[in-house]
Amino acid sequence: MIPKRTFDAVIIGGGGAGLRAALQLSQANLKVALLSKVFPTRSHTVSAQGGITAALANVSEDNWHWHMYDTVKGSDYLGDQDAIEFMCRNALPAVYELEHMGLPFSRLDNGKIYQRPFGGQSKNYGGEQAIRTCAAADRTGHALLHTLYQRNIAARTQFFDEFFALDLVRDEEGYVLGVVALEIETGEPCLFESRATLLATGGACRIFRHSTNAHINTGDGLGMVLRAGLPLEDMEFWQFHPTGIPEVGSLISEGVRGEGGYLVNKDGEKFMKRYAPNALDLASRDVVARSIAQEIRAGRGCGEHGDYVHLKIEHLGAEKIKARLPGIRELSMQFAGADPITDPIPVTPTAHYMMGGIPSNMHGQVVAPVRTGPEEAVPGLYAVGECACVSVHGANRLGGNSLLDLVVFGRAAGQHMIEYLRENPFPRTLPEEQVDKALARLARWEKSKGSETVAGLRVEMQKIMQDHCGVYRTEALLKEGLELLDKVEARLPDAALSDQSKMFNTARLEALELENLTGHRPGYPGFRPGPHGKPRRPYPGRPSQAGRRPVAAPYPVFQGKRHPGLQAGAAEAADGGDLPAEGEDLLMMNPDRIVSIRVPPFVKPPSGDEGGQGGFFHAPVWQLLSNPPQPPFTKGGRTVRVQS
Amino acid sequence: MKFRIYRYDPESGAAPRMQDYDIDFDPRGKKVLDALIAIKDTLDESLSFRRSCREGVCGSDGVNVNGTNVLACITALEGLKEPITIRPLPRLGVIRDLIVDMAQFYQHYRAVKPYLINLDPEPENERLQTPEDRAELDGLWECILCGCCTTSCPSFWWNPDKFLGPAALLQGYRFIADTRDQATNERLDYLEDPYRLFRCHGIMNCVEVCPKGLNPTEAVGKIKSLLVKRAL
Repeated sequence: MIPKRTFDAVIIGGGGAGLRAALQLSQANLKVALLSKVFPTRSHTVSAQGGITAALANVSEDNWHWHMYDTVKGSDYLGDQDAIEFMCRNALPAVYELEHMGLPFSRLDNGKIYQRPFGGQSKNYGGEQAIRTCAAADRTGHALLHTLYQRNIAARTQFFDEFFALDLVRDEEGYVLGVVALEIETGEPCLFESRATLLATGGACRIFRHSTNAHINTGDGLGMVLRAGLPLEDMEFWQFHPTGIPEVGSLISEGVRGEGGYLVNKDGEKFMKRYAPNALDLASRDVVARSIAQEIRAGRGCGEHGDYVHLKIEHLGAEKIKARLPGIRELSMQFAGADPITDPIPVTPTAHYMMGGIPSNMHGQVVAPVRTGPEEAVPGLYAVGECACVSVHGANRLGGNSLLDLVVFGRAAGQHMIEYLRENPFPRTLPEEQVDKALARLARWEKSKGSETVAGLRVEMQKIMQDHCGVYRTEALLKEGLELLDKVEARLPDAALSDQSKMFNTARLEALELENLTGHRPGYPGFRPGPHGKPRRPYPGRPSQAGRRPVAAPYPVFQGKRHPGLQAGAAEAADGGDLPAEGEDLLMMNPDRIVSIRVPPFVKPPSGDEGGQGGFFHAPVWQLLSNPPQPPFTKGGRTVRVQS
Repeated sequence: MKFRIYRYDPESGAAPRMQDYDIDFDPRGKKVLDALIAIKDTLDESLSFRRSCREGVCGSDGVNVNGTNVLACITALEGLKEPITIRPLPRLGVIRDLIVDMAQFYQHYRAVKPYLINLDPEPENERLQTPEDRAELDGLWECILCGCCTTSCPSFWWNPDKFLGPAALLQGYRFIADTRDQATNERLDYLEDPYRLFRCHGIMNCVEVCPKGLNPTEAVGKIKSLLVKRAL
């Protein structure tokens, strides 16, 4: 048996969400361990730039209902409106709390928190542009992450830095009882026993070749959840940020456009006026990304290969750029060789955010069709942050809502865990065979022999995802991509490590990360019938053979929670059936459901342009959007209370 | 391109050595980290280094390139003299290859109580702060804890256990300078020590190497003048 450490709660991931939850638990005097595969301030939250959205009304009139409306609309009406209400309502106390913690927000002349306009923000339910995103220059994520880490130092949270979580330990009755982790420095595994476990492992955009994400964003929590026999949700929704630096992928914040920056094509035309005549450059991210993609496809891109457009901010003046956008200027000079004070910044849509993830509710509990109900909480398991799908972002996240998601749901999850721990005071018997299963992951790479390399397979996979699941998707392209992904995955068992040392073996980590990214699960139940042998809820679009995955999503996809309509045909498709043929069952395999970038209704593709070809127009949503519901509005039978 | 990289394998028991790599790599627009990744992916899987954000904001990949502490991810390959010599950050224990043991560095950081101390009841909304007061924090809070400054400081090389080093002192001053913080006296009490603060002799290597362009020496100077003012 490997060494064991016992805690009340274990948190996996040291980004904003994990740190916020840890703080809540530590302040309640619980024994909490925070595992992170990097030192916490190296987490990807640090890269967030523009800000955190809350209707503080410091600059312009505002109220959280408007924020909620924008978020619902921005999500393409696919978000959970109860959760969105919870988030937007709690945004104000959450931001004030961060300020009290010491976060160095930029300030207005009257001493209040500085706010800037962001895409998709409106006053009065779709009216003029609102100014809602609270910022610390253009390094809000850095400020937030460091502040939360500092508060955790004060609260004496127990950190286990550079521990890589291998797998969850889940018993016969479905309780999650801890996690097996690898101490990276020594290379020795260790069991963390706890009554409650929180996954805050972040996104997985490293599945794409060009991404704004850090190298560490490899969806480790997703892999763990799949191997524990639980599903994922909305995995077809990947957000492409309109403005990433070409090739490198570094993010150029939406705040740049919020401060007054605008996009131009090679002719110097401010093309956004053709696509979004009202919101212009501050249309929501999906719209702007798609507009840029359309310009590039129409041959109006800049540069030798015409594969990017220009973002101009010279007119703001050196002083404002240095005060409000210093980080952007640094990035642009370092990675694009352009000083935005004098030159335009080259930008192109870049994979940025995973809207889908581990299905969870607004208390952070992981929910799945574990026994009889469609959304039962998995006892002892929580998920927050980008790895979770609450879903407050639906099919498209608004800028500034991700940092908000972290702190609001991080806090809520911490709070709920405290209650859960109170109600479940006694440890349960730990199933040792589960621990052995987790250790098998390590054994697989020890003394491995084969002809494939981890790096080679990773690069191939990233290229396939980039070419087949990008901004423009067609069913044929996706199917082809899926086949190619299958081929790559089939070669994974042949991959071997030449470096089989133990101490700080980063090659081994990359292999384990690749397994998480591909959802590869040798010897695990995956999304097969659960531990009791009862058939699980069917996952729409799920192919029958193990190892095959739904189109565009290398994971079994759970679409139960937010899309009641989509469940209609689900029962029939239970365990049989391959990918439904085209048009066979739109509910099951509607091509629209695999397109995260879409054109809003008021956008007409320029005539004579083949622009509409790759994008799918979702008729029901189309109609819904051209006639936006007025509050109080409902979705899936739920009425949302709107108070004034 | 030619590289000379510091290698140390803790399991083999062998002494550290410099290993030469020759890789066909187009340096245009690429950074040192890109080359390290290319070497790891194609030539030598066992080469170990930390990396995360690859855009100079997380502070994972502080290394010593051609004798200067830098972040590998934002250091352009073009213009570097070949063979490009890459070593771990100086003075810290080496765990493996370019990976150093940062425990001492983090301990100094925690020692300055890097969190806001304000015992007043929390107001309903935000605490107010003028833009001018807030501007006092610029150049302080942006620190990414990469360790480039502290490990380039000769005073730290001499007294790594007692001298807090530029990064921790910069963070110490970040909270002293914050108008919302109420623990200035306690903070100054802690720093008023022949080693913790006063081993800084204004050598300014920290200013030279800081990848974020911060100025820890200036912060140290401000702490010192506050101590003088307090004593008068």
